[in-house]
Amino acid sequence: MKTQNEVLVWLEQRNGEIMDVSLQALGKGIELAEELGAEISALIIGHQIDDMISELQEYKVDKIYKISDPELKHFKIDLYTDIISSLTEDPRPEIMLFGATDLSMQLAPAVAARLETGLTAHCSDLYIKEIDGEKQLITTVPGFKGGCIVEIICPKHRPQMATISAGAVKKPQKNSAGSCEIIDVEYEKPELNGLELLEMEVKEPKCKLVENACVVIAGGRGVKSDQGVQMVHELAEIFDAAVGGTRPSTDTGWVPIENLIGSSGKTIQPDLFISLAASGAAHFSSGILKSKYIIAVDKDPDAPIFDICDLGIVADINEFLPKLISKLKN
Amino acid sequence: MFLLLYPGIKNLSFLKSKYIKKEGKNMGLDIIVCVKQVSDPDYFSEITLDPETGNIQRDKVPAVMNSFDEHALEEALKLKDEFGGKITVISMGPPKASEVLEWSLALGADEAVLLSDKAFAGADSWATAVGLAEYIKDKDFDLIFCGNQSDDGATAQVGPQIAEILNIPHLTFVSSLENIDADNKEAVIKREIEYGGYMKFKLKMPGLIAVLKDINEVRAITAEGMMTAGEKEFNTYTAEDLNIDPKTIGLEGSPTRVINTYEQSFEREKNILEGVSEEIIEKVKEKILSQDI
Repeated sequence: MKTQNEVLVWLEQRNGEIMDVSLQALGKGIELAEELGAEISALIIGHQIDDMISELQEYKVDKIYKISDPELKHFKIDLYTDIISSLTEDPRPEIMLFGATDLSMQLAPAVAARLETGLTAHCSDLYIKEIDGEKQLITTVPGFKGGCIVEIICPKHRPQMATISAGAVKKPQKNSAGSCEIIDVEYEKPELNGLELLEMEVKEPKCKLVENACVVIAGGRGVKSDQGVQMVHELAEIFDAAVGGTRPSTDTGWVPIENLIGSSGKTIQPDLFISLAASGAAHFSSGILKSKYIIAVDKDPDAPIFDICDLGIVADINEFLPKLISKLKN
Repeated sequence: MFLLLYPGIKNLSFLKSKYIKKEGKNMGLDIIVCVKQVSDPDYFSEITLDPETGNIQRDKVPAVMNSFDEHALEEALKLKDEFGGKITVISMGPPKASEVLEWSLALGADEAVLLSDKAFAGADSWATAVGLAEYIKDKDFDLIFCGNQSDDGATAQVGPQIAEILNIPHLTFVSSLENIDADNKEAVIKREIEYGGYMKFKLKMPGLIAVLKDINEVRAITAEGMMTAGEKEFNTYTAEDLNIDPKTIGLEGSPTRVINTYEQSFEREKNILEGVSEEIIEKVKEKILSQDI
């Protein structure tokens, strides 16, 4: 088995648009390729994907593998698995990355199985480190719902594969100056009859997503009343912030599930994070640790959130929020 | 540049035997359910790291059945209620993992299999899938059910990897099964995608389905179930019993390695104030406005 000094990122497109989390993975891929002195390649599968390829050319990528066919318009696990594993079997890239979407979470393990290599799920960070004279990819994942950080390597198998959590890393800067080779990959349809796509509905997020916002405001168990919810949104409007929450907030429905923060939801790194009436249990706080500045408000002075914040206010949010909102509006 | 791909690479060389399709019509559905024993997620905050070795200390944490797997079993039980057939539950783990299998038998599974051997220990998701697939590969089945992910590792990888090894179709994030045709061995499966979207597929059995928790409501255990569980078939196998090459399973068969586990710490200002005085609100405003946003 040969390897080539290449970092490959699979860009997922849905209904003609590249998923944000895939672009974030590309951003990390570009960084890792620079550290390794490797080529960075993007792989995109679909039909009528030229617009997306033009978009990808605006980033600093060396190669784009393009696989276009009417049959491939929508995600099909069997065909997509076949294409990616055939393309990377020999020679093998050093690293292969996927943004963690509901579909890539099925595709990446299938590809890893075909290639009999290692795969780390839901990485919160990735970096290169020399171990025993060899440059290895270190992938970090939150363990036990964020109670600890686990570092994982794939020392002998290639490619080193990972899916990266939404919001954990940043999209690349646009840099159209570079030259980029586009490789048209023809594929021969394998004989498959196990799955037939009957119907599909793609939905857009109903709100501003926490992983894309500079300011994120999150409410916890203590945001109970309609009035409390309204105030959280009022504060968010002032900064054009995204509103996220803990599990109790998404369970009661005032925060949509896509903005669940923590180990079973999103890992975020906004410039400013404001936590309102959330105690700061590990499975929540693991998702916010990379925030630049954290303000926390909770009425319990012993709440663990106060151990991980920059500015903490021990107060009832129902008293705190009206005062802050009117202050900021003045 | 132009590149031509040839389809269907399969280099899973150590797994020679493939699923053999059953001849003729069968009564009901033969279902395999993969279950895992995990540390109770309600106690995760009590899991600590040994400050010297970095090893995870979870002695005081109760072990339970992975919550997603309870729903996988329930879906299998529903199909058995409707179409008849047989349910085999399988787990890989230490002898204590027999608890979740006994629980599954009490809920209505017919047979339990525990793969338990030091050789299986330390497996990552790939080596776990290999071990389970080694047992399943010679068996007759229509469907394999798994939980979409585990409460602890949450990789969601073992299901698709078992299916790839067995060379059968698979679907994850499954929220419902519709139009099940037990005679023609077909079903319509709905899988969730982001923001409430979905995809529906027709699946030809045999196949693997990894379910979400909202697919069903788990039934309660009955006294009768508990009493009859002990009479059901329960087999424990070592790697040697199954003729598995120990190099392909457990820590040795795992492509990935954990090299470090630590508690995360960040330098924070931790400036804690109490109350909602004018002064404090002014301070909050000042801090907010001084951020680069």
